[in-house]
Amino acid sequence: MKTKSPLSLTRRQKWAAHVVLVVLCIPFLMPIVWMVATSLKSNEDIFPQENQAAITFNISSMLPKDPQWQNYKAALQTGPFHLYLRNSLLLCTLNVIGAVFSSALAAYGFARLRFPGKEGLFILLIATMALPRHVTMIPVFTIFKMLGWYGTLLPLIVPAFFGNPFFIFLLRQFFQTIPADLAEAGTIDGAGEFRIFSQIMLPLAKPALITCALFQFLATWNDFFGPLLYINDPAKYTVAYGLQQFMGSHGTAWAQLMAVATLFTLPIVILFFCAQKVFIQGISTTGATR
Amino acid sequence: MRGQALKGYLFISPWLIGFALLVAAPFIASIYLSFTHYDIISPAEWVGGSNYKRLFTEDPLFWKSLVVTLKYALVAVPVGTVLGVGMALLLNLDVRGIRFYRTAFYLPSIVPMVASCAVFSWVLNPHIGLMNSILRGIGVEGPAWLTSEPWAFYSLVMMSLWSVGGSMIIYLAGLKDVPASLYEAAVVDGANAWQRTVHITLPMLTPVIFFNLVMGTINAFQYFAQAYIMTEGGPEDSTTFYALYLFQRSWRYLDMGYASAMAWILFVIIMLITALLFKTHKKWVHYGR
Repeated sequence: MKTKSPLSLTRRQKWAAHVVLVVLCIPFLMPIVWMVATSLKSNEDIFPQENQAAITFNISSMLPKDPQWQNYKAALQTGPFHLYLRNSLLLCTLNVIGAVFSSALAAYGFARLRFPGKEGLFILLIATMALPRHVTMIPVFTIFKMLGWYGTLLPLIVPAFFGNPFFIFLLRQFFQTIPADLAEAGTIDGAGEFRIFSQIMLPLAKPALITCALFQFLATWNDFFGPLLYINDPAKYTVAYGLQQFMGSHGTAWAQLMAVATLFTLPIVILFFCAQKVFIQGISTTGATR
Repeated sequence: MRGQALKGYLFISPWLIGFALLVAAPFIASIYLSFTHYDIISPAEWVGGSNYKRLFTEDPLFWKSLVVTLKYALVAVPVGTVLGVGMALLLNLDVRGIRFYRTAFYLPSIVPMVASCAVFSWVLNPHIGLMNSILRGIGVEGPAWLTSEPWAFYSLVMMSLWSVGGSMIIYLAGLKDVPASLYEAAVVDGANAWQRTVHITLPMLTPVIFFNLVMGTINAFQYFAQAYIMTEGGPEDSTTFYALYLFQRSWRYLDMGYASAMAWILFVIIMLITALLFKTHKKWVHYGR
């Protein structure tokens, strides 16, 4: 897709651009480097010497002198992190399956089928995206409490199966671009609407479905608000919530805190490098910023 | 055709049922709750407009939280927009290693929010954190970032700017969509780089800027979790954002009727601001080629 830019720069301009770009990189990358570096430091590296009250920065103190890998082990022993991880992965899996499948169903309905009230309902769907969650938070909480779901993972799972307005919007756009004769071929074969959907449309929509799956995974992995409202039992914490609780209870164990933060961030960074295209194209086509 | 209508409803039924049960009904219920005294445990009790009256006349923290939030929207959103557009313009230059720079700018925006809160509470530690130790290196004694006014507020703004990469990527995609022919024509007309940026690039980017501005403002008014985790609203309520105060009202004091009234006011404010932004929209947003 690269076209030769008509905006070619002179050599000097290129150097100037590099200088600006490198300088800008520092504040963006430094906290991440600092997080990982701290996670491997010993307490002597982190805290000032006896005769000092504070630390003055120098490059050599940036990196750990002798990497303390046991920080990770120690950090993970402060709480049942294996349970948090299990909970997070369970929630991510069910949310991805639920949100992607139900959103695809609804998107197909909006894109390819005709029914009275469709336009009005679609406008409502768009409008819900701008509705602050604080407006519905209390009644929704009351409903889940009446159902006896408070303190269980259900309030963090079931809503996904009602679809995500954003994904519905995105997938509808996608389904609309698929030529009608592909679906008609199915009708002639006598295939039902659901078979056309699941056997012709879904495979074609794979790239868009993957984008949605990725976004849902990120949203669920990062979600802090849901567990904050509904989870009270440490055995049901997610990693995100467990990390926040860890901050509260082990606030000054910086090496261990950074070890947990690193482990929590790592899957997302790996996912990013594996699926860079999906990330960047997905974000630029959808305009999603959490 | 009736068969098709039925099929249509069946296909959208997951969303439709969820919308009815988890959006529409709660939306209406929350209007009702805003006129009641409700603590989740016992049934709601009708109190008329007294929640609204208390909010407007007896609650200084309501006004303060509104001001804090407004200030955040007025600082973080415009600065984030300028930074995001500026960085996207830089990344659109034809220099080597652009992929590395793009990754570097974008990476912070995918760091999970709770992790970035942990990292920043460490970076901003007054005695041994990275920020103040760097400042000390150049002879400046930095403030207690998260526990002093006005720095706690600006620390949160700084944190939000750190993850500007998400919107930067959208601007970058917008830049790639500007047709090269426009630039070629401008070069023929003798326009220099600055003139091309001001007269072609930025006008072509205005729809994307507008979209981000609207979403950024809506999100700013719901800003909550970072303040909840990092500052708990302090010091002196200087980071008690509206949504944080609403949350404290509902879950700390179980004052759900009052919180519902606050939620409704928030909803109205967001609608008004969105409408206002759309009103300015014709004046500066450029469509078409």
